Amino acid sequence: MMTLKQSDAFHDPQIARHLTERITRASRRPVRFMEVCGTHTVSIFRSGIRSLLPETIALLSGPGCPVCVTAQKEIDAFIALAREPETIVVTFGDLIRVPGSGSSLQREKADGADVRIVYSTFDAVNLARENPDKRVVFLGVGFETTAPTVAAAILAAHQQKLDNFSVVSAHKTVPMALEALADGEININGFLLPGHVSVIIGLDAYRPFFETHRVPCVVAGFEPADLLQGIAMLVDQVESGQPALENAYPRAVSAAGNPKAMAVMNEVFEIADADWRGLGTIPASGLTIREAYAAFDAVKVFDIQLKPAPEPKGCACGQILTGVKIPPQCPLYKTVCNPMAPVGPCMVSSEGTCAAYYRYHGDG
Amino acid sequence: MKPDKILLDHGSGGKMSHRLTASLLLPAFDNPALAMLDDGATLRVAGGRIAFSTDTYVVDPLFFPGGSIGDLAINGTVNDVAMCGAAPLYLSVGMVIEEGFPMADLERVVAEMGRAARLAGVTVVTGDTKVVPKGAADKIFINTAGIGVVDENVNVSGANARPGDMVILSGTMADHGMTILTQRQGLAFESDIKSDSAPLNHMVADILGTGCDIHVLRDPTRGGVGTTLNEIADKSKAGIRIYEDRLPVRPAVSGICEILGFDPLYVANEGKLLAFVPADQADHVLTVVQRSPYGKDACIIGEVTHDHPGRVFMRTRIGGERIVDMLAGEQLPRIC
Repeated sequence: MMTLKQSDAFHDPQIARHLTERITRASRRPVRFMEVCGTHTVSIFRSGIRSLLPETIALLSGPGCPVCVTAQKEIDAFIALAREPETIVVTFGDLIRVPGSGSSLQREKADGADVRIVYSTFDAVNLARENPDKRVVFLGVGFETTAPTVAAAILAAHQQKLDNFSVVSAHKTVPMALEALADGEININGFLLPGHVSVIIGLDAYRPFFETHRVPCVVAGFEPADLLQGIAMLVDQVESGQPALENAYPRAVSAAGNPKAMAVMNEVFEIADADWRGLGTIPASGLTIREAYAAFDAVKVFDIQLKPAPEPKGCACGQILTGVKIPPQCPLYKTVCNPMAPVGPCMVSSEGTCAAYYRYHGDG
Repeated sequence: MKPDKILLDHGSGGKMSHRLTASLLLPAFDNPALAMLDDGATLRVAGGRIAFSTDTYVVDPLFFPGGSIGDLAINGTVNDVAMCGAAPLYLSVGMVIEEGFPMADLERVVAEMGRAARLAGVTVVTGDTKVVPKGAADKIFINTAGIGVVDENVNVSGANARPGDMVILSGTMADHGMTILTQRQGLAFESDIKSDSAPLNHMVADILGTGCDIHVLRDPTRGGVGTTLNEIADKSKAGIRIYEDRLPVRPAVSGICEILGFDPLYVANEGKLLAFVPADQADHVLTVVQRSPYGKDACIIGEVTHDHPGRVFMRTRIGGERIVDMLAGEQLPRIC
């Protein structure tokens, strides 16, 4: 575990300058790199890296914000759950401001719905135990970083023989989304792969994608030095004409990932097709709860019917999530859509691209 | 679209709060003193000027490391009056108590209020107590209002920042807000973080006593240093640049912020002030603050610029630049 003093090194301006100079010296061809992960987008902005990169490098944000890629019909289903009687809806904070077709969890809470924000799914299990006369439903949103902990919570509920706890799984997985992006509208010259997802799934999980597309890929961490290192490696791959799948986050990411976490995840969840906002249906990219744990599947417990819901009119979230547009190119950006009155989830989620641009980018 | 219900975001001290104030409260009361939207109002009365401020305290939990709702209620209003450049003198206390609230807890809250008032050197001269049925209030809500005298030579306001001013922060950020959050969530951390709740009126008296030109005094409570700097940049129509490597944060607080995904710039403080002082006088004022009991970690965190008026920018640790925006909605529910 890194101490705070060690972490200072990752903010060291000398190291950062050295890496920025290396990038600027090497970068000749104009390139578009996509940072897949929402936390990368925010980290890049917060550290001021964008202001240090040469003009040849364009950084695009991708669909790595699990709240942002949750389909409108699922948001509406979450809101419908909040209206169920004797029900406690438990969620990570990010979801409460996301606008559904007519309301939001925050609005429902103001109207008297029991909506609770937690940092850990286990808090939801505790709530179920402490409130035996209520149904407790956890909104399962997140990629492979989060899914194992949700799976572990379901196993804990199973062990405790709770009959009032369930999870709506809107979980998604990253590697198949990369396929959709690589086949998409725009030419992406390199991928900055997510840090924490890779801790779980391991570098090797990207090998099939890499072998098919032979596009530069680097897994990077979140500190400024990590991000610059990752970008430097992508530039080197592009300039040398030798794409590779590389790991710039070896202190946390291994080839095989975290087998225990994967095992727990696979015990409870199975792969299914999933609808992603902005990318449509991506095969084998979602996680649903296995039959063996059906008692904890909120879709079955509440008989949830997903009603197709159109994306908000004018909202360019879909194109922003695939790097086709940047937020300032959305007609609603700032004028109509802002963090206080969001139209789409990208403006509201803490990892949303539009929110990041709005907070850190200013008028540029 | 205007919301038709009050949301927790409206109480966060960020943009939603500002919007509510601007669209509902300012037009209803319509007067220039209120429109300044400083920490308190500076009013001319026969014989001089007084500063007048009020605040309501709804923090949960009531007791936490480093403080309680009681001393917050006193220190918060003492500080708001002091930020007008005044010496706080007299406070009122109004309490709304929920039926069933334990007497021992009330005794403790009141004892801590008495202690805080004595420490600050102010007198509680009037008050009111109401009890409401169970469920109509959450344990106890306390309102305090305070007045103090503003010397004729003093002219501090959020609108007075000028290019060339240095920005002094009197100590570490985010101690209070992160203490409340970790206590509320029952998050067990092996660390000794505690609220920085403290009366700053003596520090302000020392600052004003230097005879230097003090342009702005503000205490960065809800919304944190980031939001307060934005308010000042906006009111003064000036740009502010701060430097990430100069921002003081305790290592334990920094660590907790990192783990929980909070930005210390937006987390509440209850015993810190920002002072804007012309460059040639800043070091002198800084020394005075550092000698003050609650100011030993004081430092200069940035300056006021001609560039980008109304906005706050930060030079990041690695030498990049980024905007510091105002908080939009709540980062924490109820902190004071």
